[in-house]
Amino acid sequence: MELFTNQVLAGIATGAIYACMALAVVMIYQAIDHLNFAQGEMAMFSTFISWQMMQWGVPYWGAFILTLALSFAGGIVIERLLFKPLAKAPILTNVAGFIALYGIINSFAGLIWDFTIKQYPTPFGSSPFLGSQLISTHQAGMIGVTVLLLIGLYLFFQFTRIGLAMRAAAALPESARLVGINTSWMIALGWGMAAAIGSIAGMLIAPVVFLEPNMMLGVLIYGFAAAVLGGLTSPLGAVVGGFLVGVFENLAGTYIPVVGNELKLPIALALIITVLVVKPAGLFGRPIVKRV
Amino acid sequence: MTAMLNVKDLRAYYGQVQALHGLSFALNEGSLTTLLGANGAGKTTTLRAICNMVRSTGAIEFEGKALSGRSTENVVRLGIAHVPQGRGTFTTMTVEENLQLGAITRNDKAAVVADIERMYEHFPVLKQRHTQQAGTLSGGEQQMLAVARALMLRPRLMLLDEPSFGLAPLIVRDLFKILGKINREDKVTILVVEQNAQLALELADQAYVIETGRIVMSGNARDIANNEDVRKSYLGY
Amino acid sequence: MSAVQEAAAEAPAIEAVPKRAMTLGIGTSLAILALLLLVPLFVKNFIIFQLTMLLIYALAVLALNILTGGSGQFSLGQSAFYAVGAYTSAILMEHANMNYALTLPIAGLICFAFGFAFGQPALRLSGVYLALATFALATAMPQLLKLGFFEHWTGGVQGLVVTKPDAPFGLPMSQDMWLYYFTLAITIGIYIASVNLLRSRSGRAFMAIRDNEIAASAMGVDVALYKTLAFGVSAGITGVAGGLGAIAVQFVAPDGYTILLSIALFLGMVVGGVGWLPGSIVGSAFIIFVPNIAEGISKGLSGAVFGVLLFLVIFLVPHGARQVAMIAQQLIGKLRN
Repeated sequence: MELFTNQVLAGIATGAIYACMALAVVMIYQAIDHLNFAQGEMAMFSTFISWQMMQWGVPYWGAFILTLALSFAGGIVIERLLFKPLAKAPILTNVAGFIALYGIINSFAGLIWDFTIKQYPTPFGSSPFLGSQLISTHQAGMIGVTVLLLIGLYLFFQFTRIGLAMRAAAALPESARLVGINTSWMIALGWGMAAAIGSIAGMLIAPVVFLEPNMMLGVLIYGFAAAVLGGLTSPLGAVVGGFLVGVFENLAGTYIPVVGNELKLPIALALIITVLVVKPAGLFGRPIVKRV
Repeated sequence: MTAMLNVKDLRAYYGQVQALHGLSFALNEGSLTTLLGANGAGKTTTLRAICNMVRSTGAIEFEGKALSGRSTENVVRLGIAHVPQGRGTFTTMTVEENLQLGAITRNDKAAVVADIERMYEHFPVLKQRHTQQAGTLSGGEQQMLAVARALMLRPRLMLLDEPSFGLAPLIVRDLFKILGKINREDKVTILVVEQNAQLALELADQAYVIETGRIVMSGNARDIANNEDVRKSYLGY
Repeated sequence: MSAVQEAAAEAPAIEAVPKRAMTLGIGTSLAILALLLLVPLFVKNFIIFQLTMLLIYALAVLALNILTGGSGQFSLGQSAFYAVGAYTSAILMEHANMNYALTLPIAGLICFAFGFAFGQPALRLSGVYLALATFALATAMPQLLKLGFFEHWTGGVQGLVVTKPDAPFGLPMSQDMWLYYFTLAITIGIYIASVNLLRSRSGRAFMAIRDNEIAASAMGVDVALYKTLAFGVSAGITGVAGGLGAIAVQFVAPDGYTILLSIALFLGMVVGGVGWLPGSIVGSAFIIFVPNIAEGISKGLSGAVFGVLLFLVIFLVPHGARQVAMIAQQLIGKLRN
């Protein structure tokens, strides 16, 4: 029994990573109605930028904030330059675009900073949290930041004018235009925000998985899975989904005998899909009524 | 009186198919005009063309400004509110959020709050339901919400596409009464597209009749209503 | 009632390719056939090998085209079926001493069954959710192939070596050339069969499901049957491609069949034109040759160069090679007049 609770707790701790990534995923999904495969790479690149700044002597929080701003701007630039021209193209073509972006960013990161792993600092320290052997102060910090982000997003969407406009543009673009909203810019804004949230995720994750160009691949997949599990329209679902995925992954690795580390990912995904078969819109998602 | 909206030789296309074949008409400021015609005649297309929601050629001028080349949201920001077919309500948002969205381009916060209160006076049922999700409202209530939302823009011109669609006759009567009131008291120029010709002609001053993308009849609403031949050939009653 | 969102009639995610545009005209088809028949006679063995792989990947892209472009189901799991086909052929050839040609229909059938079976639970998933499920399948496959449990058959991490067949009846051609013409014959056969499938009643059922599943169901189309059938057919063809691939490359190993293969096939489908069967060979050429070109341009930035080239293609022709063909057709039409 103790092993079980330990694994659950450990799962929640790693789940914070996935929760954070899942938030960025849901953010983009709200804006453009699909998943962006390059988001993990964008987060990784942002994290490298912050690392580089720290190498040049910028203190942690300075680098953090600067990176946040740069990522926000970068997300908007990428959308305007690369994906606005594809706005009228079929969805699958856009997906090919995301894959292309992935290749470009990953390649550049490898060229600029090479593939050796680097240490990345955490502002929270890595001592045991409240004496617990399972959760470090960093992981507690991650959970805290993720929850803060979630609250911040909720306040933004529910109580600001721009948040309302973004929700409208995502829900019914044509009606949004009819009240004067520039839906094209709302998409750009969505990208910017997703890039910023992604950069936070990257900077929180790097201390745990170590900084290198391929660090986000596994995280991104689990992030997708978590977002889908939570219901793609719900930031709260994304966070809950993230924690659940962390727990699933740990329990699967511990209790299913055939599985070592290698099959953890497919098993976790299989569990998620089982949930989806029962609840097709995810745990917190709004069921979609389809009309012919 | 100078025309508020001037449409000259409007041709509109859905892909390769031409839906409007050189429409020309004008709306005077303060008028209430109705655009009538059978299904598929091009009424909705006309409204969509004004807001640049469909590919078109020809000249459309609103208060002296050319509308061609502007995005839909920029046309709206000039002061034209469009209540589309099917209402376009944001069903997942509350009634009050829908009204706030109507005013999203405005910067005068206090006036917006006051306007919302005025909408609740025009449409008391909306006040009752103001925290409810818009999708849970009945058809008639959603139509009122759509009109209220359009008014939140403080538009100079309001376009309505078949507001009576799917509504019970009594509700349509009420709705049209309110439209008349808005036209007279708030001085909003209105262009309403309708299939329900009888009611529309009672409400409007001016009328145009469209058939297969061309205007075939225009004039005073009362005259057209009283002209039995026109009614029989074009309006079906 | 409170949390119901209506997805009103929106443009289908997978756009329809009109039936008559599904294939090339007779003239163009014959010209391409002539090229495919004659070119190998004039080039070195290595190039012939590359051409064989071109045909094999074209088959795999074709299979994906039937699934996605035909029935509207998005799949990132094709590499799993390819792997099963490859391993089936390898195991039958090396452990059961079976003739290589016989292994292919068996690989095809086994993969058909596998795909059909996978299609069942996938029925309730679509779009993003189906993508995730097929993704899981693709990532699981290499791991499953490495499992100690199967090692006796699969050769574990090292994989299996496959013997390349000689030309039969003592024909005077190299192994590569024989394999090429063998593959070509199979490819043409499957291509013709696929075109006929999509033109048949089943094909129309697929496309009805792709365009509007609810309407199709309301019209009496057995959606469940046709969706799983599409998965089965697609998997079966991919399995045959996998078997041919095993023979051509002369070995099979788990890490040769990762999610990267699925992604490459997906890109091949998009570049060729989704749902346009002739485009499969263009897509295949893209995924085989462009990465090499990218590496040639810049070894350190090969991924970036590939990405840039891919962007160029999708900016210029968002609908892939089909768009190029349509433009060419219009130009020829204008020249004639």
